[in-house]
Amino acid sequence: MGVLDSREPKGPLANKWTNHKNEIDLVNPANKRNIDIIIVGTGLAGGSAAATLAELGYNVKTFCYQDSPRRAHSIAAQGGVNAAKNYQGDGDSVYRLFYDTVKGGDYRSRESNVYRLAEVSTNIIDQCVAQGVPFAREYGGLLDNRSFGGVLVSRTFYAKGQTGQQLLLGAYAAMNRQIQRGKIKSYTRHEMLDLVLVDGKARGIIARDLVSGKIERHSAHAVVLATGGYGNLFFLSTYCMGANVMAAWKAHKKGAFFANPCFTQIHPTCIPVSGDHQSKLTLMSESLRNDGRIWVPKRLEDAQAIREGKLKPTQLGEEERDYYLERRYPAFGNLVPRDVASRAAKERCDAGFGVNKTGEAVYLDFSAAIMRYGREKALTSGMKDVDDNTIRELGEKIVEAKYGNLFQMYEKIVDENPYKTPMMIYPAVHYTMGGLWVDYNLQTTIPGCYAAGEANFSDHGANRLGASALMQGLADGYFVLPYTIGDYLSDDIRTGPISTDSPEFDAAEKNVTDKLEKLMSGTGIHSVDYYHKKLGKIMWNKCGMSRNAKELKEAIKEIAELRKDFWENVKIPGRPDSKNQELEKAGRVADFLELGELFAKDALERNESCGGHFREEYQTPEGEALRDDENFKFVSAWEYKGEPSDAKLHKEDLVYENIKVKTRSYK
Amino acid sequence: MKLYLKIWRQKNASTKGQMVDYTLDGVESDMSFLEMLDILNEELISKGEEPVEFDHDCREGICGTCSLMINGRPHGPDSMITVCQLHMRSFNDGDEIVIEPWRAKAFPVIKDLIVDRTAFDRIQQAGGYISVNTSGRPVDANAIPIEKEMADKSFNAATCIGCGACVAACKNASAMLFTSAKVSQFALLPQGQVEAAERVENMVRQMDLEGFGNCTNTGACEIECPKGISLENIARMNREYLSASVKG
Repeated sequence: MGVLDSREPKGPLANKWTNHKNEIDLVNPANKRNIDIIIVGTGLAGGSAAATLAELGYNVKTFCYQDSPRRAHSIAAQGGVNAAKNYQGDGDSVYRLFYDTVKGGDYRSRESNVYRLAEVSTNIIDQCVAQGVPFAREYGGLLDNRSFGGVLVSRTFYAKGQTGQQLLLGAYAAMNRQIQRGKIKSYTRHEMLDLVLVDGKARGIIARDLVSGKIERHSAHAVVLATGGYGNLFFLSTYCMGANVMAAWKAHKKGAFFANPCFTQIHPTCIPVSGDHQSKLTLMSESLRNDGRIWVPKRLEDAQAIREGKLKPTQLGEEERDYYLERRYPAFGNLVPRDVASRAAKERCDAGFGVNKTGEAVYLDFSAAIMRYGREKALTSGMKDVDDNTIRELGEKIVEAKYGNLFQMYEKIVDENPYKTPMMIYPAVHYTMGGLWVDYNLQTTIPGCYAAGEANFSDHGANRLGASALMQGLADGYFVLPYTIGDYLSDDIRTGPISTDSPEFDAAEKNVTDKLEKLMSGTGIHSVDYYHKKLGKIMWNKCGMSRNAKELKEAIKEIAELRKDFWENVKIPGRPDSKNQELEKAGRVADFLELGELFAKDALERNESCGGHFREEYQTPEGEALRDDENFKFVSAWEYKGEPSDAKLHKEDLVYENIKVKTRSYK
Repeated sequence: MKLYLKIWRQKNASTKGQMVDYTLDGVESDMSFLEMLDILNEELISKGEEPVEFDHDCREGICGTCSLMINGRPHGPDSMITVCQLHMRSFNDGDEIVIEPWRAKAFPVIKDLIVDRTAFDRIQQAGGYISVNTSGRPVDANAIPIEKEMADKSFNAATCIGCGACVAACKNASAMLFTSAKVSQFALLPQGQVEAAERVENMVRQMDLEGFGNCTNTGACEIECPKGISLENIARMNREYLSASVKG
């Protein structure tokens, strides 16, 4: 194990969390008033952690770069949140949710963490309903469920296609209650630029007020990073424009190990790229795969005619379409996990069957579902001898009730009506499973520095199943951190307030101001976006959906060169002492230019195909991912040693005592 | 296509702003409005000028960050969308487009097209929540059955993205639509009943303190709301407020 102590509790899996809670040290309520906690990021993980820790009595300071915590990108999560409630009586259980998650993650997540996640999942729904989150209901007044990719039960709770929005607003409301009580001090339009360590412990941050440009010092007894993922290093992704790796990367540079940086989720159902000017990609919820059938034309000449606009998809009959997921994976069909669906789409497009102008799109077709729902509605309404058009209209109304906002979003972007013509979709970067290494308590390798939600690595393995990101964010924030952080803070009840007037804060602040000055001082020629787009191209082409050793080596070299060029030639107008969005972007891209290299290095090191990491050299004769459990059943945790090329690899071996490691099959 | 842009430039809250003219060529119809501004900014940066600052984040119509008055209308000429969902196919070659920040006293300008909407947060802090402990063990979720129609209505109110278009559209800069959406979400659910009276009184009080104007039933807010939040919510809030005042 070396320096990586996962601190997993002993004993049977189902009792680990309960036993752990019974054994960890508590902080007396009166002493909590004397303890300060900084939380960076106010999405599902950060917002819920802030609300709960403040409610317990700690003094909480929250930081977000947005103008309000309500705008964190958790708000854009569409499909739903999983919980092992078994309300549908279809055989679901805590064990099954745990099993699906570990298997879906290709056996690269930590067993005890995932079991705890499944265990607390049922509390999440109770909690959110109590907060007034308006989940979808059945006519009998009980909660409705739907199913998601990679599972055979219906355990996903949802609020139309806006589940993330409603859950985030729930956490935001809980935060607001604590802000009103004076227990949370909320710093908006602020960005963390460095982590401050005193005696080896995380004791504060250096932040920049993005409106005034002022550099500020904030101290605390512990720092929680809940800053999301780093998918924006690909430039084009489904992330919000401001998502960055800054806080996590600064913590990494101060000693927090970075785990599995190369595990990136590519989501199969995004709106395809339309042109060079594009700034981001838009996700169509995976829940659409419940009712949409995915296909491309069977014949190459049909695909070509469609690309040239000579043929419409609706002109092709059933027998002329290749429903390739149903063909290849009969058991799961269109509901295979994201990595499998993404690779299958790429395989068909690479073979020449793509259906948009660039040949990088497949169809997601609702016509069968529309007719099926329409017929059912006609029957239940007692309508007889209805024609196809009426059936279609009835069916469209039902599909609209389920996915209306997604269909509207698609129509606005693509300018085509998805009720009448199949949607076009293509895989895009959506979520990062890598992140800061954390132990069972969610503590990084820096004492007092915690990472929650997408910012950590522990629960999703190499591929995240649908509706599990919201689950993890809220589980960490509402139900895990509030316990585990107390264990650490119980040693701090006599520490008293942490002074910001120390050599450590001086040094960190100087480090920050030097860097800002360096960025502003250049007589550069290229904008920040110029570099970001170049980095994105390297990442997508050489570290994207499939990777090989040769191209990964090229990527490592190219990123290092691009980074050098960036620091010499980037051009940032304006001043550092005022609102300056170009400067904000520059700081973020500077970090991506370092992380990108570590990402490629990690991908090169991992000689196997695994979840979202597909190495072309390691595949089965049928083109499926070929894992190497004997040599790579570990978490790669990288220690910062200067340049990304010098990073040192540590391994946390993954032990599966309660689950049999099998080849993943969805056939 | 070629566009003639008139954009509000303002250094910060304490300096005076002005409209500045820009000409932008090579705009494609499938660009979003914000991508068009990205291209303008790339041009400005290459000329050594300061780019136009505007708020944006998710770029898929849900975070509520983007906030532009385009030709006098919040979020531009189309209905039921935010600026990030507005595409240049809604404009013609040679068009003049006037771009301004939200206009309201309670939303002071921070820079260029960015305004300060923290007043909305303070209205929520005054009572936009159900006072339930997050670290406790609430009852099983299905122990609170809710009529589907009520759950859907509550959801519809809850979809407000807090962008502020309602305030910008209103001749009185009223925040009634925004505030009433949250009041309605909870008023329609059994969980929100216990503190309903206190909630509506506190939120309305805060709304007035922030300097938002009154509602005169013009309905511009509903027309411009990107999420179609209904005026019914204002009526519901007024009923709730009245009943709270009578009780109080």
